[in-house]
Amino acid sequence: MKNKSLQKAKKRAGSAAPVSLHVPAGTGNAASAATSRAGRAFPVRARTLNHKPVSSALTYTLLTLWAIMVLFPFYWMLLSSVKSYGAYSSEYVPAFFTLSPTFENYRSAFTAVPLGKYLLNTLVFTAVTTSVMLIVTIFAAFAFARLDFRGKNLVFTFFLALMMLPNELVIVTNFVTVTQLDLRNTFTGLILPSVASVFYIYLLKENFAQIPDSLYYAAKVDGTSDLKYLFKVMLPICKPTIITIVILKVIECWNSFVWPRLITDDASFFLVSNGIQEIRENGFGRENIPAMMAAVVVISVPLIVLFLIFRKKIIEGVLRGGMKG
Amino acid sequence: MKRHNNKAWLYLLPAVLFLGFFVVYPLVDVFIYSFEEGYNSASRMFFGVGAYNYSYILHDPYFLQAVKNTFILVIITVPISTALALLIAAGLNSIKALKKLFQTIYFLPYVTNTLAVGLVFMILFKKTAYSDGMINLVIKIFGGGPVDFIGGPYWAKMFVLCFYTIWVVMPFKVLILTSALASVNPQYYAAARIDGARKLRIFTKITLPMISPMIFYLVITGFIGAFKAYSDAVALFGTDLNVAEMNTIVGYIYDMLYGSSGGYPSYASAAAIVLLAIVLTITCVNSLISRKYVVY
Repeated sequence: MKNKSLQKAKKRAGSAAPVSLHVPAGTGNAASAATSRAGRAFPVRARTLNHKPVSSALTYTLLTLWAIMVLFPFYWMLLSSVKSYGAYSSEYVPAFFTLSPTFENYRSAFTAVPLGKYLLNTLVFTAVTTSVMLIVTIFAAFAFARLDFRGKNLVFTFFLALMMLPNELVIVTNFVTVTQLDLRNTFTGLILPSVASVFYIYLLKENFAQIPDSLYYAAKVDGTSDLKYLFKVMLPICKPTIITIVILKVIECWNSFVWPRLITDDASFFLVSNGIQEIRENGFGRENIPAMMAAVVVISVPLIVLFLIFRKKIIEGVLRGGMKG
Repeated sequence: MKRHNNKAWLYLLPAVLFLGFFVVYPLVDVFIYSFEEGYNSASRMFFGVGAYNYSYILHDPYFLQAVKNTFILVIITVPISTALALLIAAGLNSIKALKKLFQTIYFLPYVTNTLAVGLVFMILFKKTAYSDGMINLVIKIFGGGPVDFIGGPYWAKMFVLCFYTIWVVMPFKVLILTSALASVNPQYYAAARIDGARKLRIFTKITLPMISPMIFYLVITGFIGAFKAYSDAVALFGTDLNVAEMNTIVGYIYDMLYGSSGGYPSYASAAAIVLLAIVLTITCVNSLISRKYVVY
């Protein structure tokens, strides 16, 4: 079933895309290149499955419908966040727009509940977790890809086996451990269990392994130390993978909820997810939906902005990191 | 290549330490916990070894409810989301104008906080004394009566949970399938068209077999992901999921650990191991079935 050009594309992308059986990294480019090539070879319009206007209109209708489904909650949260509390509560039939937007809710989101504190906590948690994780990952990947030692294959297989297991299995003991170490309601307790990630080690190791050995020996001849070689040669070459890993980890950290919920019950250590849950259950008074929505907007904006700026990188990263269920 | 035993282990040390302490040790420990009878966090004592914990949770109505909810969620959301994603991905691949825009929009749920957006869904579906809510407004237009989706009948709540779960998992599936579809060699289509094959036939005989490994991959990860559902339910129904009858297996594990019903790590461990058994079984069954249909 496999065809030549696909295999070639796969080889080019190499094992940098371990997941994508038929989807080489940067598939978009590879595929469109293939298309244009095929387009030249065959005068038949190769790509268009739907070339009748009726089916094309149908396609656009379907796509637009789903786009509305996706966007509507975002619209609704923005809309509700700028309605005043009085206006919102008096609407028995919710209005689809407002003529008198107010930013009062945003003010109360930051003053009535410690939303700023939650954001700051999440920022610290994300930054520290991501950087420590990155260091651990880089060193481990280097050892697996570059150094030869006894039991390497065994250890690596063992690492891969760990990747398959659901996180829920280890959380019970970790909860008990962290509690017994008296690390509840500390950043240490929050961060420690999430700094070692087998999946990212695997991803980076695959990429490191693609760097030709000759480069290493050349550097050795020049008297470069292993560490210097790692940081001056390997890391710059594998920058795209590093960026992918950072992006995936940042998204994961920003949205993490379960572990922080178990480990913190002091609101001054809450992350945004726990913060929003706390706001929902205790903050603002339960019925002040507009203020809640303002908080939701504030929490959602950073990642959305990040996404709009790094759209290509993030989509590519998720595509490559797809294996992470 | 010369061996660098010590140096290699030095580089590996941080990873080995962290993984050993927070992954390997807990993995062993969770099995031990699950067989320690009557352990409780306060006294750190247990009075026997046996399968009582398993028997306890398997007779606990909350656990059975959680298992039932989780299975319903899995059975409904995995097929629907995969099929819908396939439809949308096929649509995306057949257009040129606005493709980038649609792709960007479709990806948005992936980068949003599940808890935060879940709150918006709750408000859209909720019926309160002051207002019937947005969705009920739409239902009314089509001539239906108002339903309380958040605090009302079981199936209404299950509907919202499934709906939200699908909304959350779609970006990943659409992305993977779009790229899988784009990587099918267009020469096959060209050849089929020369032979005069119809569109539906091209789709079932060329496209589907070509992307079947990716569909299979999505089904497997979809099953595993849905079995671990929890945050979505919390976002919609609050942390007290047992009262809302909307608990999931993972939710049950956390409830046993923490909060007002917490302090029972051995029950939690037993539940975690039951979850592992279910996930492993489903994955094996999936693999067996896929051997028949997936073309590698």
